[in-house]
Amino acid sequence: VGEMETAPKSGRDVPPKKDKLQTKRRKPRRYWEEETVPTRDGASAGPPCNKKNRELRPQRRKNAHILKKSRISKKPQVPKKPREWKNPESQRSLSGVNPGPGSSPLPRSKAKTRSRLEVAEAEEEETSIKAARSELLLAEEPGFLEGEDGEDTAKICQADIVEAVDIASAAKHFDLNLRQFGPYRLNYSRTGRHLAFGGRRGHVAALDWVTKKLMCEINVMEAVRDIRFLHSEALLAVAQNRWLHIYDNQGIELHCIRRCDRVTRLEFLPFHFLLATASETGFLTYLDVSVGKIVAALNARAGRLDVMSQNPYNAVIHLGHSNGTVSLWSPAMKEPLAKILCHRGGVRAVAVDSTGTYMATSGLDHQLKIFDLRGTYQPLSTRTLPHGAGHLAFSQRGLLVAGMGDVVNIWAGQGKASPPSLEQPYLTHRLSGPVHGLQFCPFEDVLGVGHSGGITSMLVPGAGEPNFDGLESNPYRSRKQRQEWEVKALLEKVPAELICLDPRALAKVDVISLEQGKKERIERLGYDPEAKAPFQPKPKQKGRSSTASLVKRKRKVMDEEHRDKVRQSLQQQQQRHKEVKAKSTGARPSALDRFVR
Amino acid sequence: MTANRLAESLLALSQQEELVDLPKDYLLSGSEDEGDNDGEREHQKLLEAISSLDGKNRRKLAERSEASLKVSEFNVSSEGSGEKLVLADLLEPVKTSSSLATVKKQLNRVKSKKTVELPLNKEEIERYHKVVKKGKAKKALKEFEQLRKVNPAAALEELEKIEKARMMERMSLKHQNSGKWAKSKAIMAKYDLEARQAMQEQLAKNKELTQKLQVASESEEEEGGTEEVEELLVPDVVNEVQMNADGPNPWMLRSCTSDTKEAATQEDPEQLPEPEAHEVSESEGEERPVAEEEILLREFEERRSLRKRSELSQDAEPAGSQETKDSSSQEVLSELRVLAQKLKENDQSRKQKASSEGTIPQVQREEPAPEEEEPLLLQRPERVQTLEELEELGKEECFQNKELPRPVLEGQQSERTPNNRPDAPKEKKKKEQMIDLQNLLTTQSPSVKSLAVPTIEELEDEEERNQRQMIKEAFAGDDVIRDFLKEKREAVEASKPKDVDLTLPGWGEWGGVGLKPSAKKRRRFLIKAPEGPPRKDKNLPNVIINEKRNIHTAAHQVRVLPYPFTHHWQFERTIQTPIGSTWNTQRAFQKLTTPKVVTKPGHIINPIKAEDVGYRSSSRSDLSVIQRNPKRITTRHKKQLKKSSVD
Repeated sequence: VGEMETAPKSGRDVPPKKDKLQTKRRKPRRYWEEETVPTRDGASAGPPCNKKNRELRPQRRKNAHILKKSRISKKPQVPKKPREWKNPESQRSLSGVNPGPGSSPLPRSKAKTRSRLEVAEAEEEETSIKAARSELLLAEEPGFLEGEDGEDTAKICQADIVEAVDIASAAKHFDLNLRQFGPYRLNYSRTGRHLAFGGRRGHVAALDWVTKKLMCEINVMEAVRDIRFLHSEALLAVAQNRWLHIYDNQGIELHCIRRCDRVTRLEFLPFHFLLATASETGFLTYLDVSVGKIVAALNARAGRLDVMSQNPYNAVIHLGHSNGTVSLWSPAMKEPLAKILCHRGGVRAVAVDSTGTYMATSGLDHQLKIFDLRGTYQPLSTRTLPHGAGHLAFSQRGLLVAGMGDVVNIWAGQGKASPPSLEQPYLTHRLSGPVHGLQFCPFEDVLGVGHSGGITSMLVPGAGEPNFDGLESNPYRSRKQRQEWEVKALLEKVPAELICLDPRALAKVDVISLEQGKKERIERLGYDPEAKAPFQPKPKQKGRSSTASLVKRKRKVMDEEHRDKVRQSLQQQQQRHKEVKAKSTGARPSALDRFVR
Repeated sequence: MTANRLAESLLALSQQEELVDLPKDYLLSGSEDEGDNDGEREHQKLLEAISSLDGKNRRKLAERSEASLKVSEFNVSSEGSGEKLVLADLLEPVKTSSSLATVKKQLNRVKSKKTVELPLNKEEIERYHKVVKKGKAKKALKEFEQLRKVNPAAALEELEKIEKARMMERMSLKHQNSGKWAKSKAIMAKYDLEARQAMQEQLAKNKELTQKLQVASESEEEEGGTEEVEELLVPDVVNEVQMNADGPNPWMLRSCTSDTKEAATQEDPEQLPEPEAHEVSESEGEERPVAEEEILLREFEERRSLRKRSELSQDAEPAGSQETKDSSSQEVLSELRVLAQKLKENDQSRKQKASSEGTIPQVQREEPAPEEEEPLLLQRPERVQTLEELEELGKEECFQNKELPRPVLEGQQSERTPNNRPDAPKEKKKKEQMIDLQNLLTTQSPSVKSLAVPTIEELEDEEERNQRQMIKEAFAGDDVIRDFLKEKREAVEASKPKDVDLTLPGWGEWGGVGLKPSAKKRRRFLIKAPEGPPRKDKNLPNVIINEKRNIHTAAHQVRVLPYPFTHHWQFERTIQTPIGSTWNTQRAFQKLTTPKVVTKPGHIINPIKAEDVGYRSSSRSDLSVIQRNPKRITTRHKKQLKKSSVD
């Protein structure tokens, strides 16, 4: 019955498109169905009618905080904007008060806009509810480490952890003693199943580290600066002394990219298929590995680049410079998107957490700082380390690791969304050589450390995301599945020029062009077609259409409009006043308050 | 007077040079990235050394603010390494052998002679008096030592006496290089020389860091010991350089001596070519070895040069006085000094004229230097206070204060004298904000318990040295914060809309060379650009956010509002929920992406009719339909009526 209310009652002033809206709300009528068949087919098909939506609304409020996307940290996740600012706007639009300058002259389109907004809101609500419900399916829980009544977890050594965990997990702790070929850099594939490492003295190897099955092992006979998997474990990019080389998982050299020379650091942006390289010559080069084209070569104008990291949230590259700044880069802009002065000495390491909220930096001033990347770029916490950290990395769940000499320290936060608190280290481990590369293994509670003595895989409970998305990065995928995924990923490739600080920019209207277009149109036409027509009193008979009465009527309408405006502004003022009052009553009033101003 | 002025200017100049050149070494030493170990240790060691260096001298600095006038005196005479400028040289350019060794030889020769042949000429008398005085001083010292052992109270009294004498000396301002105090220091310097030699030997032998640090601490202890004897009688030079070490970034300071050396070579390139070349090569040689060694070497060299300076200022004086005048007549000496300075000045100017243009800016720079010196001097006591206050905060304070002694720094200047520049206050605010911010960042002491000190060291290979060099070249700027603020200012300026000046000179008034359009006219024809929206980084001192529009992204954005929407936020609301399967559950994704039209194979799709779209009888086109098929319409109406009745 609830549907009947909304259906045809609106009669003649329903604009032609209204039907479409209705069809969207209920199940669309199909042309092969009989026309006479009533368009509803009950709740079984799951068309939420208006009434249902209303019922759900308060529920949504309750859920607002726990609602989360089920697929975590796979793609640059788009967090929903806080509801708090959304609601007032929609309400305003619902109440018919349109704050916009180009308020529409037609009530019809107003109603239409309103209904569209309602539809959008309902959709959003529904999807978020579904997402919340599907969180039930995430069965795995993150690991944790707790000391016995006040015991410092940092004192728990790897041997203890290995002893305590099950055999399968214990097997994930291992050391590769590779003293011959110098300090190692390492990289895990996106699924967390494969590990590639490259020693300074030319040793390059890739293996399935869980089963310890070696995929390839070669010596490139050249210094290896950095190593990175491309989109899948089948391709490996190695920054060698001179040029950038790409190998497949058999160790066969596929490409030698001479346009990227003297590369010091590599980063791969999986959703854009971009390999970002930072070079000694001071260039940041973006290579599109899907088409083999260099998308952009940006001169950072800051000398040698050897500190690089990517923001997994918006694919912005962070470069650390020796003048203490960190610059943020996108291939679409020749200049940095932002520059942050982080340290008084040069920046030694940068890392950004998986939600793109926090950035950890360490500098030559021996400080370790955590910055807020949500617009303010201010340090949240700072700590002086006795020797300063040379390498930093964030885990999927927000643990921060710092490599200081031959020691690694791991800090954990309170929850997933909180920054790691630098008060107490969560874990500490000493290695057989100075650290040269660090990465947490995705979807595993494992930290890989490359050092001069080889590779160490250590257990860090609670580091990895326990639930993986089988469609996105499946550690257990077969070759066929991988190929399938590869095609899909390529189809969904995000254009490089869309990289910007706010990845939601695409969902925004280009206001500048819009305004410009409007202006040009007005200029072209000679008048503003959207402007409200001035009131023209209708001619009346029996002597009522005298000039005086026409003026009077006009004046009347004008006054009415003016009054409306005044009323509105008064209302707004009152509201503001109320808000201020509410705020002030929040804190306890004090006798000294009167001196505040 | 002129001598003082010159000295001041030189001091300022040398300081400037230091400031400019500091970062090189700063980066040089700090830029390890792969051999992390070494770097960290270096830093730590250096910090320790510096903090130990600081310790005693700070407070003394706070007490004497006007003494820097005299301090500059030493700088002139020694100019860095200390072995270059001797008064005697200036007076007698023919006799070039002015190195320390010759002076010492002379002294020794004089000392060895017990009896003096008479009659003596004037110089010999002078020399004789000198030696006698020296012997007296030595004796006094020995006695004092004994007294200290036997009767500490009396020793203390004696010490007070000495101190009083020193104060009198200082008040009289006659102590420059020839005061009692200065002479007493000359004796001390001799001890130090030995210590220095020992140190050098040890340095050559040892390459391990720990040993070196021990050596450093030993040397400090030695100094400490000497200071115990004459507590407050520390040479001004020492204070001076230590103060520098307090102020600017300690990393940068390692190059202090070498830089002053460079300055010295620029000052008088021909006077003492050999030792200088030797030293330059030495310093270069020091840069080469492993970083730790290098740092320690620098450290030592700094100390050594300090000592040399104080020593030389003593030693130079007897050498100079040998040929010139009676030892007792201070006036003559001062006159002579003035003369020497003048001579030197002339000499320099001649040389500079003769030499390439590269040196000309120096001459020009010497002029404004004294004025710049003023605020620096005024700042001193304050600075030390802040230093002391901040002492607990750890090394951060070193960084924090590194800008303070900079006379060229506008922000600081404006802090002292706000009226200096029109745009000073803004910048000052910024700077203050920044520094406050950084101060807030000073952190608690780190927890070391679980953090073992890394032990393994990596030898730096050539690659790393290359890196070092690269960075050194790439970042010639000296001060991080100042550079950043400058950059930000430039960025802000660049992003501001520009005013348009439509003034036509000579239009409506007289025009010509040297004639400017009137202010009134300029005002009238200047079209002021509208103020843009406030910058996003307006209140963020440590951030520069690029305000440029990203046209590549804009190309993908919607630029026309679709029909029912009247404001862009309305439309944005409807598209802000992502509909892709990446962000949604499978069900939600399917629902969101259901097509509006679903076709089924094998079914006929009839052409669209007016009724399907929702048009009723009201529309004119429908009339024909109604006329043609009136029955159908009536059924429709009936249906509608039925529905409404049900509701």
